[in-house]
Amino acid sequence: MTFELFLQHLINGISLGSLYALIAIGYTMVYGIVRLINFAHGDIIMLAAYFVFFGVGLFHMPWWLSALLSIVLTALVGMGIEKAAYKPLRDAPRISILISAIGVSFFLENFGIVVFGGRPQAFYSPKVFQGVIKLGNVSIINLGIIIPVITIILLMGLVYIVNNTRTGMAMRACSKDIDTAKLMGIDVDRIISFTFGLGSALAAVGGIMWGLKYPQLHPLIGIMPGLKCFIAAVVGGIGNIPGAMLGGFILGIGEILLVAFLPGLSGYRDAFAFIILILILLFRPTGILGEKVAEKV
Amino acid sequence: MRIKKINSINKLLVFTVVLLLVLSAFLAGCGSKQSSESNKPAESEQATDSGKSDSNQSSSESSDDVIRIGVYEPMTGASAAGGQMTVEGINLANEMFPEVLGKKIKLFLVDNKTDKTEAANAVSRLIQQNKVSVIIGSYGSSLSMAGGQVAKDAKVPVVGCSPTNPLVTLNNDYYFRVCFIDPFQGKVMAKYAFNTLKAKKAAIIMDVSNDYSVGLSNYFKQAFVELTGDKNAIVAEAKYKTGDQEFTAQLTGIKDLNPDVIFAPGNYGESALLIKQARDLGIKAPFLGGDTYEAPEFIQIGGQAVEGVAFSTHYTAEAPVTEVSKQFLDAYKQKYGKDPTAFAALGFDAYLVARDAIERAGSAEPQAIRDALAKTQDFKGATGIITLDENGDANKSAVIKQVKDGKFVYVETIQPDK
Repeated sequence: MTFELFLQHLINGISLGSLYALIAIGYTMVYGIVRLINFAHGDIIMLAAYFVFFGVGLFHMPWWLSALLSIVLTALVGMGIEKAAYKPLRDAPRISILISAIGVSFFLENFGIVVFGGRPQAFYSPKVFQGVIKLGNVSIINLGIIIPVITIILLMGLVYIVNNTRTGMAMRACSKDIDTAKLMGIDVDRIISFTFGLGSALAAVGGIMWGLKYPQLHPLIGIMPGLKCFIAAVVGGIGNIPGAMLGGFILGIGEILLVAFLPGLSGYRDAFAFIILILILLFRPTGILGEKVAEKV
Repeated sequence: MRIKKINSINKLLVFTVVLLLVLSAFLAGCGSKQSSESNKPAESEQATDSGKSDSNQSSSESSDDVIRIGVYEPMTGASAAGGQMTVEGINLANEMFPEVLGKKIKLFLVDNKTDKTEAANAVSRLIQQNKVSVIIGSYGSSLSMAGGQVAKDAKVPVVGCSPTNPLVTLNNDYYFRVCFIDPFQGKVMAKYAFNTLKAKKAAIIMDVSNDYSVGLSNYFKQAFVELTGDKNAIVAEAKYKTGDQEFTAQLTGIKDLNPDVIFAPGNYGESALLIKQARDLGIKAPFLGGDTYEAPEFIQIGGQAVEGVAFSTHYTAEAPVTEVSKQFLDAYKQKYGKDPTAFAALGFDAYLVARDAIERAGSAEPQAIRDALAKTQDFKGATGIITLDENGDANKSAVIKQVKDGKFVYVETIQPDK
């Protein structure tokens, strides 16, 4: 394998990893605050992509407006789901709320099949995102640069909100102890709602980016990204925001290099992700960056 | 305190992982959420011996009013466009020829969700619940093989529209099809690569979870090696799975080997993404594929990247072959307002062949229909003259099409070997 070839594989891996990271951040933030693994996260991604699809295709809105609207709508849907499916179970055992999340996930998938139809559709992507940059024999798609940049900007923004704002302080308080936070005068419902809104907005950005990179859209499109990004979040240390990013990159680059070096195993790339998950849980259950800040956000 | 906390996180995570594995087991069956139904194929196996007289009885009971024909096609999932196009053709045929033996034909459609387990469930549901006399379907060879076993055990004949893998009808006396098979299709594409594109080195990219793709790739390989006389004419064989979206790792390896042509049969969605990513990586070699490429979504998803892609298929609106072709073409345009694809035409033909067999059998009894189907000869369908050979396969010409300016354009017709 020449260096150029290796570089191309690495770039492919970073491009995939940054997409995983982007989605994993939302996953991990919601877990950090409410200690709930939101299994519907992947399906929220799917909804966001469909919102853009309909905005452009049905209502003929400009692309950027559909994307913005999609982010807002998805955030509202996320808050709605929290109110309907998670809030009534807040005092129930944690398993109940987890099962409720799985229920929401199945509901959204089948809702998608009924309403949007099961036939895969093409996701519209504007010219800006389609170009390719060539460095000698190595090609980088524009999205391969845009997505990591967006991921890092959102990551920094999120860390800033959590650590430096009043809402962020309230979020951290909720993550430590909800009852005490209530006693301190924090409006817990509002904070949790805000967390879900923010998480879903992040999912929407992830969904739109996913659609731009892989412009094939169907109602089950969110399942695999949802699972992979959950793994990424666990690998990095669930609840830890920079950890989710690290986990995403490890998973993305690992998958690409597995197929690159062992082409015979390319059918097992999803299994690879699950094996990593099992190994991490066996030997370092708090994840790579988990121990230091597991109890913070 | 701290240890306790970590422990509880740990426990929750372990539980989550167990749940995840259960979920992914569901996924492996690709959303076969009706787990109670998954026992059905086994049930039908047991029911075969004792249930045969049963099903005869019930079919004679129900045959008083209508003739029941079952349809199982992927209406959702990765092959949804293919299944939906086929069903359009079947519905059209049903509207044009709604009766046989003086009775109305009633169609029962079951979605097999592009999933092998669901396909087997769909067939047993059609047989046991809807008591159909004959079944039509399915787009996708893997789905047809899964369904075919159930139909064979229950001794109900099936007419396939577009499953092209030879194994669908091999060793299954109850499965027939109105399309050509992959040894021929592979040879057609190998000849196109060698003669028209003057290719000496080819790479293959196949979907290993799809029997159609694996089979067709192997036939292409055989034919191409024979044509070039070069054992190493296939420089690479890359693999992926249905549902994959990221192909850059495989493609980067292939780019390095610099083949003259790339043969990549598979579902239209994955294939379109794959070709798009190949062009983004700077791969310039022409792409070739099989009949599954013919779906409008292939061009919508692939966009500029799939320009020039050539593939073999069953039928073209530009060169009607029989009287029935014209009839079909006009009726289809009137009903749906667009040009039909090969899959609509094959669905149309499958329905007509099944109806013709019922007519010749003179009864709605599955065994009689099977025997009549096996004797199908010189039947004039929309896709050509259909004669079923001893395996139940149709020996028909293939059509090569190419993507030009965002449309499928007819290139040439290739006659089968005699």
